[in-house]
Amino acid sequence: MTETSASAAPIQRPDLSGARLKRRYAAEARFRLYGLIAVFAAIGTLVLLLTSIISNGYTAFAQHHIALEVTFDEAEIDPTGEREYNVLRRANYQGIARASLRGSFPDVTERRAKRALVGLMSGSADQTLRDIVLANPDVIGTTQTVWVKASDDLDSFMKGHISRDVPESDRRIKDRDIGWIDQLIADERIESQFNTTFFTAGDSREPEQAGIWGATVGSFLMLFVTLVLSFPIGVLSAIYLEEFAPKNRWTDLIEVNINNLAAVPSIVFGLLGLAVFLNFFGLPRSAPLVGGMVLALMTLPTIIIAARAALKAVPPSIREAALGVGASKLQAVTHHVLPLAMPGILTGTILGAAQALGETAPLLMIGMVAFIVDIPGGFTDSATALPVQIYLWADSPERAFVEKTSAAIMVLLAFLVVMNAVAVLLRKRFERRW
Amino acid sequence: MSLLILAATLLLLTLAGYYMGRGRSVAVSQGVTHRLHSRPQYYGVYVALWCGMPSFLLLALWLALEPQIVEMILVSNLPASILDLNPDQRGLIVNQITSLALGGIVGGNITPEIEAAARDYAGMRQTGFAAMAVLVLCIAIFGLALGRKQIATTLRARNRVETIVSAVMIVASTIAIATTIGIVLSLLFEASRFFTKIPVTDFLFGLQWSPQTALREGQVGGSGAFGMLPLFAGTLLITFIAMCVAVPVGLYSAIYMSEYAGPKMRAIAKPILEVLAGIPTVVYGFFAALTVAPFFRNTGDALSLDVSSESALAAGIVIGIMSIPFVSSLSDDVMNSVPQTLRDGAFALGATKSETIKQVVLPAALPGIVGSVLLAVSRAIGETMIVVMAAGLAANLTVNPLEAVTTVTVQIVTLLVGDQEFDSAKTLSAFALGLMLFVVTLTLNVIALRVVRKYREKYD
Amino acid sequence: MAMAAENLVDENPNIAEHKIIARDVSVYYGEAQALKSVALDIGRNQVTSLIGPSGCGKSTFLRCLNRMNDVIDGCRVVGDITLDGEDIYDPKLDVVQLRARVGMVFQKPNPFPKSIYDNIAYGPRIHGLGEAKADTDEIVERSLTRAGLWKEVKDRLDKPGTGLSGGQQQRLCIARAIAVNPEVILMDEPCSALDPIATARIEELIDELRENFTIVIVTHSMQQAARVSQRTAFFHLGDLVECGDTQQLFTNPNDERTQGYITGRFG
Repeated sequence: MTETSASAAPIQRPDLSGARLKRRYAAEARFRLYGLIAVFAAIGTLVLLLTSIISNGYTAFAQHHIALEVTFDEAEIDPTGEREYNVLRRANYQGIARASLRGSFPDVTERRAKRALVGLMSGSADQTLRDIVLANPDVIGTTQTVWVKASDDLDSFMKGHISRDVPESDRRIKDRDIGWIDQLIADERIESQFNTTFFTAGDSREPEQAGIWGATVGSFLMLFVTLVLSFPIGVLSAIYLEEFAPKNRWTDLIEVNINNLAAVPSIVFGLLGLAVFLNFFGLPRSAPLVGGMVLALMTLPTIIIAARAALKAVPPSIREAALGVGASKLQAVTHHVLPLAMPGILTGTILGAAQALGETAPLLMIGMVAFIVDIPGGFTDSATALPVQIYLWADSPERAFVEKTSAAIMVLLAFLVVMNAVAVLLRKRFERRW
Repeated sequence: MSLLILAATLLLLTLAGYYMGRGRSVAVSQGVTHRLHSRPQYYGVYVALWCGMPSFLLLALWLALEPQIVEMILVSNLPASILDLNPDQRGLIVNQITSLALGGIVGGNITPEIEAAARDYAGMRQTGFAAMAVLVLCIAIFGLALGRKQIATTLRARNRVETIVSAVMIVASTIAIATTIGIVLSLLFEASRFFTKIPVTDFLFGLQWSPQTALREGQVGGSGAFGMLPLFAGTLLITFIAMCVAVPVGLYSAIYMSEYAGPKMRAIAKPILEVLAGIPTVVYGFFAALTVAPFFRNTGDALSLDVSSESALAAGIVIGIMSIPFVSSLSDDVMNSVPQTLRDGAFALGATKSETIKQVVLPAALPGIVGSVLLAVSRAIGETMIVVMAAGLAANLTVNPLEAVTTVTVQIVTLLVGDQEFDSAKTLSAFALGLMLFVVTLTLNVIALRVVRKYREKYD
Repeated sequence: MAMAAENLVDENPNIAEHKIIARDVSVYYGEAQALKSVALDIGRNQVTSLIGPSGCGKSTFLRCLNRMNDVIDGCRVVGDITLDGEDIYDPKLDVVQLRARVGMVFQKPNPFPKSIYDNIAYGPRIHGLGEAKADTDEIVERSLTRAGLWKEVKDRLDKPGTGLSGGQQQRLCIARAIAVNPEVILMDEPCSALDPIATARIEELIDELRENFTIVIVTHSMQQAARVSQRTAFFHLGDLVECGDTQQLFTNPNDERTQGYITGRFG
């Protein structure tokens, strides 16, 4: 060991002086602080996002109504007096509603002012009256107090979205309107009620008549198609790849392909749906069936990856035990491995479904952005979906749609929270450590 | 609706096949089921497969092909006056006929020929459906009988069922491949049609993007320019801004979570970070348009800067927020898989925790972190809803983050949403853009996945 | 145990003679006790080897000496360990400072994923030894020379340390540890992953290093303990059974458990 001659050199021990250590510890504290700041910045933006949505949206669950003293005049509604359905249905309820409101403000006589006054009331007032008459024709000939929806402008004003302090020319509610509103308030004829329409109606151009039920039904029809297609296909291919497939180039290719497919931008799936499902196979536009098929292709990689992970987690000893008592390979898998892996597979599927429920871009490509008022009744009816509805409302110019959009987001997030909670519970409940 | 009834009938028949097969097998074994080659339920499944598989396959095939075939017959029967029109107008008339036949509301003038053709068409569809129903049901019943007839104690029902199940599994696992092929082919096909109208070089290297094509020949101002560079520049600008947010925040959070945070903090903060990944992008888009963009515009006003209300900054930052969890969760995984012995080695030399992380853990985890950032970049490039709602429409070639830019995905959406005739260069250009988007993101993904995979192999 | 400890360690240990003095050291992993009230003195400029069957607590004890156990969640150390008379579990004591003085070499070679040069230079850099490039060069050369690796790697100092063979990697790790010039080097089965030739090189190295460093080595090989160490401590099921002069412990053990282990009746 001639090399050791170097060790004769004087030994210099580490510099452990206080100043240097202090500097190093300052750097340590700084670094740690950056990390903490980053975590809190991320959490902070989440909180900011949620507060911004909720503070904008919670008001949409209430809607202001105006009380009208409605005289259901028989001569006006049912001149023949036979209470025939078609006659009752076609009566001029709009005129009745307008006359009732004008009746409360007898001093308003000018034409333009009259029109502005009627504008405080929602265009749906006639429907409200018609429903009352059709449900109970006995009201004809009586005078009733009826609560009808206020217009979106009045509603926004009452909720404080339109401020009195803004110069008159910059707000949609004019000083004259405010005078009327104050009078209505003084008479206790404006009231905030729970907005059931929001949960039961389809889309509408009028914010106060718009609801998310149509979009919700569309979303769930689509989700049904997605799951019916992607769950069996996903589980079958996962079983094949994990349990049966030989390790060769072909299965390698499938594997790489699945991983890449999971990262393809969603809009590309939309293009695929447009080119293949709509233009080649001629399936109907805007249909939940096509939307579900596109989303199924998108969710498939997620489900396959999750299912493979769940299958992989089942220890080989289980398979060996089953094979050892004379089960075929398929029996070993279906009787033992698959049931044990099922919670994991279901968790992955639910997470994939949650992802599909929030997906928007591919649906735009296959025409689900159409303005659809009716509640879809089947898989081939024109429909829209919750996230697309959010997109459509976000684009609408009316101020009142901001709160509707936020409220629709809250509903969508609520669905996602429920789905994720189920997934977490499933994992917690059935998690097994081998 | 009648289709649903047909499908339900088929399902019932299949179910009946199962019970018949099972019952028959018990009968042929004279009640002593261990004399059978397989358990009785396998005979049931065997008969059910014979009954259900061919009939459902035929049903699917028929449904997929019938509209095309009927339409071809329709076109060949059209009077010469219509056949002589140019293809676009002919297509329009065919559309009129089909929607008239299906009871839709049709605009335009409806000639007696069209009405007659529509009646024919409706008739053909009805006959077609009836024929399909009869054929499918016959095949189901025939299959049922055939399967049942084969049952004998020596029939290796289990093996046959397993063979079929394996085949089904293989088919299922190729659907992922078929999807990729479908994407590539459809994009290539439509894009190639676009390139017959616009030269490839104009598209790839053009500096102008204004996809206005003339509706009528010789219309003024409808020349149209299809240079994709401004779109990619806009996409890259927004992606760059997004990464300026996502990489530091994501990486530092990952470091904090994997190296500093206690188990309690991890248990709370990690799921919260993952919530960011679970929020639909349309929600982020609304947040960007409603809260973030006005905030920057007002701040800009206060500083007397000219900030566009659709600034690249707002969209980029919100995409960045969305990407934080992609960077943080994968980086966190990667850092956790750096062997503890490496950290021990640094600690044993008297390194502080931050020195260990900066000089040992991060360099060791670098490939995995690069992979996670590449995946985040690919996501940001392909992100659609946030930019559709918060970025602009005008194709500006700029690097100023305060100006409005547009992106590839925004253009695809604007080109394809709303009514478009399918053959115009304007519509087809969306597919060319989609093809470029697919190629770019696929390349990034392949590189990223490979890097991550190599890294995993190193430490596993 | 108290009785055994009496005849093994001095009542009033001499700081001049003993580098590390451990008294009444117990270690718990959660509920389980891994080390039971161990008392042991480590002599200056000596090689002390810790032997015993696997799971006996020898590695645990070693990791107490530079507080590497702090890294493990749920690990609790009680008792007194002093380094030159200073309590190393004093809350005011700085672990970074301690580990700069008490270096460690691990069972599996763990070179950083950096170049050979940077592997060695890392420790000196963080501790402010040789700020100038020339100084660092010298430290790297000297450390590699002392570890007997200089000749093999001097032409490829910029190549990654992970590209070396197992034995070279371990010598690199030893060079990395001595580059900081600690006072004590702890070695946790440094040869268990190496072939016999590489093992012989490292044993030689340990003997040479004794001149400047106090060395504590954990080994599962009794032959190795006999070859490299002056003093040997035998651990069994978390107890320190016996400690003494290596020669004497192997030829004439006091305890029958030691006897049983060195004659191969269990282990």
